[in-house]
Amino acid sequence: MGKQPAAVVGVGQTHHRAKREDVSMAGLCREAVDRALEDAGMTLDEVDAIVVGKAPDLFEGVMMPELFLAEALGAAGKPLLRVHTAGSVGGSTAIVAASLVQAGVHRKVLTVAYEKQSESNAMWALSVPIPFNMPVHAGAGGYFAPHVRSYIRRSGAPNHIGAIVAAKDRNNALKNPYAHLHNEGTTVESVLASQMLWDPIRYDETCPSSDGACALVIAAEDVAGASPNPAWIHGTVMRSEATTAAERDQVNPQASRDAAAALWEQAGITSPLDEIDVAEIYVPFSWFEPMWLESLGFADEGEGWRLTESGGTAMDGVLPVNCSGGVLSSNPIGASGMLRFGEAALQVRGAAGEHQVDGARKALGHAYGGGSQFFAMWVVGAEKPTH
Amino acid sequence: MRDVAVVGFAQRQMQDFDGSPTCVELLVPLFAECYEQTGWTRRDVGFWCSGSSDYLAGRSFSFVQAVDAIGVIPPVNESHVEMDLAWAMYEAWLKIQTGEVDTALVYAFGKSSAGVLRRTLSLQLEPYTMTPIWPDTVSLAGLQARAGIDAGVWDERAMAEVANRSLTDAEKNEYAVRKGGSSVDELLARPVYADPLRKHDCAPVTDGAAALVLAAGDRAREVTDRPAWIRSLAHFVDPMSMGTRDLTRSPSAQRAGEACDLDGVEVAELHAPFSHQELVLRRELGLADDVRVNPSGGALTSNPMFSAGGIRIGEAARRIWSGEAARTLGHATSGPALQQNLVCVMGADH
Repeated sequence: MGKQPAAVVGVGQTHHRAKREDVSMAGLCREAVDRALEDAGMTLDEVDAIVVGKAPDLFEGVMMPELFLAEALGAAGKPLLRVHTAGSVGGSTAIVAASLVQAGVHRKVLTVAYEKQSESNAMWALSVPIPFNMPVHAGAGGYFAPHVRSYIRRSGAPNHIGAIVAAKDRNNALKNPYAHLHNEGTTVESVLASQMLWDPIRYDETCPSSDGACALVIAAEDVAGASPNPAWIHGTVMRSEATTAAERDQVNPQASRDAAAALWEQAGITSPLDEIDVAEIYVPFSWFEPMWLESLGFADEGEGWRLTESGGTAMDGVLPVNCSGGVLSSNPIGASGMLRFGEAALQVRGAAGEHQVDGARKALGHAYGGGSQFFAMWVVGAEKPTH
Repeated sequence: MRDVAVVGFAQRQMQDFDGSPTCVELLVPLFAECYEQTGWTRRDVGFWCSGSSDYLAGRSFSFVQAVDAIGVIPPVNESHVEMDLAWAMYEAWLKIQTGEVDTALVYAFGKSSAGVLRRTLSLQLEPYTMTPIWPDTVSLAGLQARAGIDAGVWDERAMAEVANRSLTDAEKNEYAVRKGGSSVDELLARPVYADPLRKHDCAPVTDGAAALVLAAGDRAREVTDRPAWIRSLAHFVDPMSMGTRDLTRSPSAQRAGEACDLDGVEVAELHAPFSHQELVLRRELGLADDVRVNPSGGALTSNPMFSAGGIRIGEAARRIWSGEAARTLGHATSGPALQQNLVCVMGADH
């Protein structure tokens, strides 16, 4: 027996801010859950199982918070799974939730991913000294800056490409009422004038720290068939590789390339640039847009920056990327991957509001985590997969 | 549903794992044992999934370096649950059910001795109102045991009988960290530790790791003539709230038992870190008196956090491989006072 068809029939997210002092963790999750259920036209009672995802527990200071959240999430009396795969977790959580339906085990699954970073201190939580390990306490930007520098050297990209991405995503975020940052008037010039943090990454090229959550309702074929605008799941993939190894290419990791190849094959896609209408790609630092464009096969190696520079990734480009504003505009870490997956679903459902791409039929949701070593991706489409 | 079986199992349970805090060194030989049992290499494994806890490790991303134990260049299809091994196995079982893969190796690890476990687990509670009071696991289990005694559901002698049987059975388990039965009267004469619990009523703090191998259909038959076929698999969770729950019950365990076909189960490995919890589980699952419970000695004799539940499934599977039983049950629990429960029923036939 193969995979059962499954589709996203409800998407909900919170308003993302640096501090959501108006809600507890449970309240934050419920905000997203209630919106997703309303979107799906479903009540909690109808849900068969719940899958929770978030990044490290030290980000909020609660061990396995899904246990105390069980009742508030409506999971009491139901199966509850908790996924944790670093920054890719929002994506992999959606994939595990989808597999519950694709396996034929459940028909209606609710999945929620969140991060309430203001409850603790993420920088501290990532910096607990571990015996016998390299001390890398420079934050995520410090970790990734050498990869960006390496990409620039290898591809010969001009220095302003990152600023193009940042200006585009921040302007896209103005069309998304849920986005954390609404920085009016961001331009390539203003990004280039912002402070250098970790050369070559400038302040305006980095993501914020956000409180926020995202929830999806994933349903079996018969339930989805009754939905006015299901986003059918055409392919899901996860791949992991080692953190450190001499032969690792951290600019274009093999796990990313392998994942993309497997994803396109599953989704029956031979030319991603031609066949994908819109992409939500995990870009926490602006330069990761051209880097991932290459890794995902949207551009040849060394050419991703040309696609960005040409305006090809703008909302009216050949491949609109991060129309929601992306991770650069809202980054509740545990939820960020699911937001990419959820925004991809909104696009093919024609429900993305002001940042809707006209006629989007097939979309990519992408997430990565760790030191560019955990990958989760999916393709959703307006039509049921035929292959 | 596809026919999926448990075809490999390796474990380490020890009082104090004196070595790598990342547990990578503990996992490598476990994987080697799984390869030996199956005749596979790591390239025969279609999906990997692990269970662990950042708070137990005292750091974020405790699973990241554990992944290195697999040898993940070239990359692998892999996931992680912040839960016990039994739930990692559930995710792998799902993945096999989708048809995407035919085989999986799941593992879990934890070094409880690195901190004060009963205090660490306080961080699992409701953070806004409960954790600040720091109620610890053993005290909460004491409240649960007292609730059952006061309600007349069990007594201290019944708890001592569970402990005595476990300690006696553990004599045959090379991995048990506490073993050696005596008599119920002798156990009852020992001092009370957290009234009404005595030390032998509480699982010992244990370090360890374990791995299980799953395979579908013919891939399982290639490994062994007598795979432990998973007949049913279910898990549920209850609200945490300690003030409004009936602590003598575990509705999620009962529900998991009802969702499975328990007819004909001969051996049940129950994950009960406190003696009275075995009594709760026996009742919630409706196990007949002739069902052999915890022949391994169970969690009362060694309870490595995040693998002890999965070890129950491995122990139950082994009884089938050996021909000792035709139908067995493995159970895992998580959260305070039996909040979350998983039941896996396995059979020699399918």
